Amino acid sequence: MNNIQEIAEHKPTPGFFSAVGAIIWKDLSAELRSRELLSAMLVFALLVVLIFNFALELDAGTRRVATPGILWATFAFAGTLGLNRSMAVEKDRGCLDGLLLAPVDRSAIYFGKTISNLAFMLIVEAVVLPIYSVLYNTNLFNPGLIVVILLGSVGYVAVGTLLSSMAVQTRTRDVLLPILLFPVVIPILIAAVKASSGFLQGLALTDVMPYINLLIVYDVIFIAAAYMVFDFVVEE
Amino acid sequence: MKPQPVALKVLNVVSVLLFLAALGMVFLYAPLEETMNYVQKIFYFHVANAWVGMLGFIAAAVAGVVYLVKHDQKWDIIELAAVEISLIFFITTIITGSIWARPVWNTWWTWDTRLTTATILEMIYIAYLLLRQGIEDPDRRARFGAVYTIIGAISVPITFLSIRIVSRTIHPVVIGATNGTATGSFNMAPQMLFTMFFALFTFSAIFVTLFWHRIRLGQLAQQVEQLKLEEF
Repeated sequence: MNNIQEIAEHKPTPGFFSAVGAIIWKDLSAELRSRELLSAMLVFALLVVLIFNFALELDAGTRRVATPGILWATFAFAGTLGLNRSMAVEKDRGCLDGLLLAPVDRSAIYFGKTISNLAFMLIVEAVVLPIYSVLYNTNLFNPGLIVVILLGSVGYVAVGTLLSSMAVQTRTRDVLLPILLFPVVIPILIAAVKASSGFLQGLALTDVMPYINLLIVYDVIFIAAAYMVFDFVVEE
Repeated sequence: MKPQPVALKVLNVVSVLLFLAALGMVFLYAPLEETMNYVQKIFYFHVANAWVGMLGFIAAAVAGVVYLVKHDQKWDIIELAAVEISLIFFITTIITGSIWARPVWNTWWTWDTRLTTATILEMIYIAYLLLRQGIEDPDRRARFGAVYTIIGAISVPITFLSIRIVSRTIHPVVIGATNGTATGSFNMAPQMLFTMFFALFTFSAIFVTLFWHRIRLGQLAQQVEQLKLEEF
């Protein structure tokens, strides 16, 4: 009797936020030890910038127009690499099954993975921005641009995490994620490129605000949608 | 497989007759447009194609939601049928639009709101079909398909909105507010309006017929899949 009471008093299910925190901590510490995801994303991102350099012949005039586009194309491409890898690791070693067995709300897994993917993405962006600034002698340290990058990355990762957890469970998983993801994140890319170029050209805030609002709307809608459907994606 | 029900057989005949009647109305009944002449004739079927594409798009999204709620394979078949029909009719819409745009806008293509959104919608449909192809388990295929249709259905209106904020359209808005910047816009004579609504009705009937046939095909495919599973 005493024993049963003890079990009943002992909470078997951790709180939602501690579960989210545990998943983020797991991802970050695993990455700190292996560094395979971040290094791949970073090298890939720099290669994309390099390719754009030769593809577009970035002289001063072209740069002014093309910089926001190049940045967002780079983030989008490098992002799929990270999203795919982050989910493939879970699937390959059977970690996802372990996570699903844990007595926590499934959406905690979604938010945990989303936040750690967001962290990886922001780290890559934080490295690419100064390198781009140095390589092309362009000042990218603009508070507005940083807000845009933050909002854009949140939306991108929110959809990307959901779709990558679908993509890794298919036969064609290595090629599927970008095909699923890109047509759906086009609003983010449109709004982010427009807002970034607005801030870099020093436009008035009222001219840039529609795009910022669009990014916020997209983020809110897709986080809510992904939260609602994630259960169906990991259900067995 | 059961033979076609009588209602479907009637619909087959009605669809063909309606289509012939619509064709006759477009060329014989509707008056010639003043500036665009015969080029404008394609407008009736262009709008009707887009209408069916929209019907399919909405049907797919609804079927996706219902599937996730009910977990009944029937809704998965309906969803796939709607997506395929919508895919084909939007392709036809884009092609007929291009044929119209070449003489009127002097270009096959422009990155206009409607054109770009239609293209992105097609990409989402193709991605949907690729996603389904990569999954063997019917239950998982249905679940992922439903999730992706819902995500697509949410993103397409936002895409439309975001391109609209970025660029002014040159696409004519024939019904509703007239657009000052639109190129190729025209006012409709009553006969034109009647022809357009007749074409819309005709294509709605064609949509129902095709939808019904495609659902029957989906049911057959499901039976074949089950037989294969029992075999091995």
